Amino acid sequence: MSSEGNVAVHVHRDDEASKLGMWLFLFTELTLFGGLFLMYSVYRYTHQADFHLAAQNMNTFIGALNTAILLTSSLTMALSITALQRGSKKLSLSFQAITIFFGLIFLVNKYFEWSHEFHIGNFPGSESLLNKSQGEILFFGLYYVMTGLHGLHVIIGMAVIAVMMKFTINNVITRTNYVKLEAAGLYWHLVDVIWIFLFPLFYLIS
Amino acid sequence: MEGKDKHTIHNHSYTAYIIVWLALLTFTAITVAVAGINFGNSTIAIALIIASIKTYLVLTIFMHLKLENKTFKIFVIIAIFFLVISFILLFSDYSNI
Repeated sequence: MSSEGNVAVHVHRDDEASKLGMWLFLFTELTLFGGLFLMYSVYRYTHQADFHLAAQNMNTFIGALNTAILLTSSLTMALSITALQRGSKKLSLSFQAITIFFGLIFLVNKYFEWSHEFHIGNFPGSESLLNKSQGEILFFGLYYVMTGLHGLHVIIGMAVIAVMMKFTINNVITRTNYVKLEAAGLYWHLVDVIWIFLFPLFYLIS
Repeated sequence: MEGKDKHTIHNHSYTAYIIVWLALLTFTAITVAVAGINFGNSTIAIALIIASIKTYLVLTIFMHLKLENKTFKIFVIIAIFFLVISFILLFSDYSNI
């Protein structure tokens, strides 16, 4: 709007507020998953033996592998921001691409896990599952809802990072203006934190 | 507000992230190893403590909370506080201890 040509363009930007906005959104995610964790804790408390029995079906190795994959993807996400701040756009893009790749591997593992459960008849509403005890039905119900919702978040996170890659290529995200990438990172790390709790609660209780 | 600092780089080094990542993997290995041993009722407590330590590392380093100003830290503490309150109130109903 300024008519004075010699005045540098003032970009109105408040990175702190943008980040705070992202954190507020993450708190709503916390209540979303928090409610499910509350439900899990009550049912586990009232059906302890059944939960232990049902958890024996879980493949601890794939669970642990997926934990490592997601933790590594969080590392590459964090590194992509550092790389950009240090001026290496290419390196940042590579780290972002690797993060998406790890997300994909995570989902592929999840696909195999779920297919295995479906194959042996442990899917919601199946006859063999409905013949099991109340606690086991609850365990698998919670397992599908919670890991399913988490998986959905992984997919959304991957999509968001893909957009960030486009932004980085188009110089919308730059060395001095990277708050969008940071917000995407915050989301990805939250997804990681949720998995940090899902893993011991579903895989390590047998 | 420290307006001067707004556009200065604030981030951890590559090395710091890699160290945290190694710590996170180590804690994962510990939690898997410990799950094999039966500690009775404290098994779940140990698993949750390890998960909380991992979360702390992710929040402070990966999510840059350590470098953010106080507002962020207070917000996060309040959010976690209310989640913990929900658990406490819920279990005051369910547990008969």
